Amino acid sequence: MDFPIFHLDFMGDRLLIAIIAVLHVLINHGLAVGFIPLVTWIEYIGFNKGGQNTVTHTEWDTLAHRLMTVAFIITTTIGAMTGVGIWLSSSLVNPASIGSLIRVFYGAWFVEWLVFVTEVVLILIYYLSWKKSLVSVEAKAKHIRLGTALSIFSWITMSIIVSILGFMMDSGSWAENKTFVAGFSNPIYLPQLAFRTPLAALMAGALALLLARIFTSKNSEIRIESGRKIALWMLVAVPFTLIGATVYYLRIPHLMIGNLPVAIGTMEFQSWYDLLVKFIIGAISTVIIIAGLVYFRPNLKIPSAFYVLPVLGMLAFAGIFERIREFIRKPYVIGNYMYSNTLRKDDYPLYKRDGLLAHATYSPVKEVTPENRLIAGEQVFLLACSRCHTTHGINSVVEKFEDMYSLKPNESLNKDLMKNYISHIENARYFMPPFPGNEAELEALVAYIQHLQSTGLPPEPLETSLNSK
Amino acid sequence: MLHHILLQTPIPRDLPLPLPLPHSVLVVLLVVSFLLHILFVNLMVGGSILTLWSQIKGLRKPEYDTLAHEIAETITVNKSLAVVLGVAPLLSINTLYTVYFYSANALTGIFWIAIIPLVTVAFLLTYAHKYSWKVLGSNKALHISIMGLAVLIFLFIPLIFLVNINLMLFPEKWNTITGFAEALTLPNVFPRYLHFLLASLGTTGLFICWYFGRKTYHFEEHFQELTRYEIRKKAYSLTFGASAAQFLIGPVVLLTLPTKGMSWHLLLTIGTGAVVAIPALYLIWKEITGKPESLGKNFWKITALLLTTVTFMGSGRHLYRAVALEPHQKLMAAKTANFQKEVKKATEEALLNPPKQTSVADAGEAVFQSKCSACHAAEVKVVGPPIKEMVAIYKGNPKGLHDWILKPGKKRPDYPQMPALGLSEQEIQDVAKFILKQ
Repeated sequence: MDFPIFHLDFMGDRLLIAIIAVLHVLINHGLAVGFIPLVTWIEYIGFNKGGQNTVTHTEWDTLAHRLMTVAFIITTTIGAMTGVGIWLSSSLVNPASIGSLIRVFYGAWFVEWLVFVTEVVLILIYYLSWKKSLVSVEAKAKHIRLGTALSIFSWITMSIIVSILGFMMDSGSWAENKTFVAGFSNPIYLPQLAFRTPLAALMAGALALLLARIFTSKNSEIRIESGRKIALWMLVAVPFTLIGATVYYLRIPHLMIGNLPVAIGTMEFQSWYDLLVKFIIGAISTVIIIAGLVYFRPNLKIPSAFYVLPVLGMLAFAGIFERIREFIRKPYVIGNYMYSNTLRKDDYPLYKRDGLLAHATYSPVKEVTPENRLIAGEQVFLLACSRCHTTHGINSVVEKFEDMYSLKPNESLNKDLMKNYISHIENARYFMPPFPGNEAELEALVAYIQHLQSTGLPPEPLETSLNSK
Repeated sequence: MLHHILLQTPIPRDLPLPLPLPHSVLVVLLVVSFLLHILFVNLMVGGSILTLWSQIKGLRKPEYDTLAHEIAETITVNKSLAVVLGVAPLLSINTLYTVYFYSANALTGIFWIAIIPLVTVAFLLTYAHKYSWKVLGSNKALHISIMGLAVLIFLFIPLIFLVNINLMLFPEKWNTITGFAEALTLPNVFPRYLHFLLASLGTTGLFICWYFGRKTYHFEEHFQELTRYEIRKKAYSLTFGASAAQFLIGPVVLLTLPTKGMSWHLLLTIGTGAVVAIPALYLIWKEITGKPESLGKNFWKITALLLTTVTFMGSGRHLYRAVALEPHQKLMAAKTANFQKEVKKATEEALLNPPKQTSVADAGEAVFQSKCSACHAAEVKVVGPPIKEMVAIYKGNPKGLHDWILKPGKKRPDYPQMPALGLSEQEIQDVAKFILKQ
């Protein structure tokens, strides 16, 4: 309403954020939060194995260093930039929402920033001083302490951001009292943190197992030994992940259904939910099987390709988990405060009274007339639908209607049915926000969608249509 | 008339949430954190330019290749700090200038988001360059090209930021600007860009002078022909030249700024900054023309003076923004307050006159209209089957209909699946009764 509209009509705006965000989460969990403690542990094992006159066991130390090289290069490039990317893409797609979140969470984000600066400084020192740490036992011990500190700071970074993610799903008592503490300690915060922490450890284990396999030579003792240690790390993380997942899983229905009875989620949600359970079971079993074999049957020859399986399993698991998280918060982008179309719940009565266009800063038309109906409809679409839907691309609004009415090819959409559907949309599909505009705008929107269906083209710009009149 | 409306300055509403901290605290945080951020950005951009220059020079004089390697080592550290230190000013500008910043972002959308892949690639290139020094030792053309590409990207990114920072100052243009290319042509963008590039070179010169002057840096281990003095003098000279050039480009930046943000306060601040730079330049000049052993004697004095200049310039930058946007911010605040008043009124009105649905006598019919009618009609298929068919199926079996409404699903291959609706037990009973009565 108050920002020029940025809209990607082919891929859809949410996919832009999703790609950047999922990539960031995978790197953050798999190569930072869970990975750095694992690397530090391997470095420590080498330190302990070092003989009387040596600082460390060279093979173990080299392995730890190589693992850290991968983490260092990826986290300080793709990891860091996708983190910024979440901000930049949100500010394009959903400025009102990210702007509101920042006003509520400025303090948390500022503290997050301080922790984050510390984390980056530590990771630079930790990685770049590796060579120097080999000079003496004291230097190595100090280096390992540095790794421990870095591990703690990466975890704190994650634990702050998880609160903000939780807030978007369920703002708790914040919607009434608007205090920072109420927002930060939202009801989904701790369950989510309890889940993400071991999940990160498990993802890191899966990646490290594969990387250690690549970095060690065939039949070497270090390959078997390091494989066993990493497998042990994963096997320990499994029960915690399962407990965390269960706590989180049990917490979800309370959230998403709000004041509806718990027993009835929607079918859409149920299918995601079932899929999640399948993914959890699939990924965890793969991890147990591969890590179990590596640990308990160290002499068994497992082909390298199998080491990829736990990584894929964990990536898919984490991906579907984020997808569900996005799904749960609908129809809101900020629980009970702002709908996913970026309009505030409290502003609805005014939009219903005056119409949406009357208050749309950048709309070239403020009122629907017979001449501007299609342009007005396009504006209503941009304001009320375009954050999630495209015209003909991914999640196309035209296709949604065609599928819903089970239309045959060349069959046209029915105006009255669509009007009736949209005006009751929040009842028919609980994850959709209610239509925000007035009667004339509903008519215009329907006419616009019909126009899209019949011509496949956007309406002619206003000036030409006025001139040709 | 239409043109007139289109050309009007848009007055959006602000977010109806209070600022998280007092305005002045946020301003100080913004200015200070931005200067920290830009310092490392300068070192990253300047460092990569110098690496490229030095490596090309190294094709003839091999020791310059070593020098390039030494400078390259610093880029990958400075770039990480540049990114992480950028978060605080981004956070602060988003809070203080929410509408202005995001509007500029949206108007330059594709380029704005292109920052992410571009910078990622540039960062990966700097690692590839740094870690392939030996491997590509015999293929200098390729090795230098890697850095060349990184430098090109590093030179382009600041332009995207500058265009955004510039465009946010001009709400009167938001209705007519159609994209990055057009926003690029606003006056002031290129002078500011040049101003930034000179600052990058000047800052990096000072940094290199310090880096190679450290006692802990074992210069002789890396270089045999080049001397510490030679490199430091070159670096100092770069700072001198770049800073002196700022005295030419600085006034151009100031003169191309639209007058709306000008104030005596601004001129005084910037003027003071410029005056403080003069003794710094004088000291550098003395050092580069003086005896080799006294080079670096005044290094910290010079750095302190130039940092003071930078602080004044950074503050001036904010002053201009504050004055330029003040009238528009006032209009926006008034509009926001008025909008909130209207929202309150409309909410009260809606409570007093609830929508007319009272014409429906039957409770079940009311449920049907609000919850089912989007997909079901009396006689014809809409999304799901008509009431007619429901009656045919469930006649004499109200429990069957009740159970289906409670836990629906997919029965017909050519119809979409029916979602659960979250009706209460009473509502289900009412609506089932209503349906079977038809």
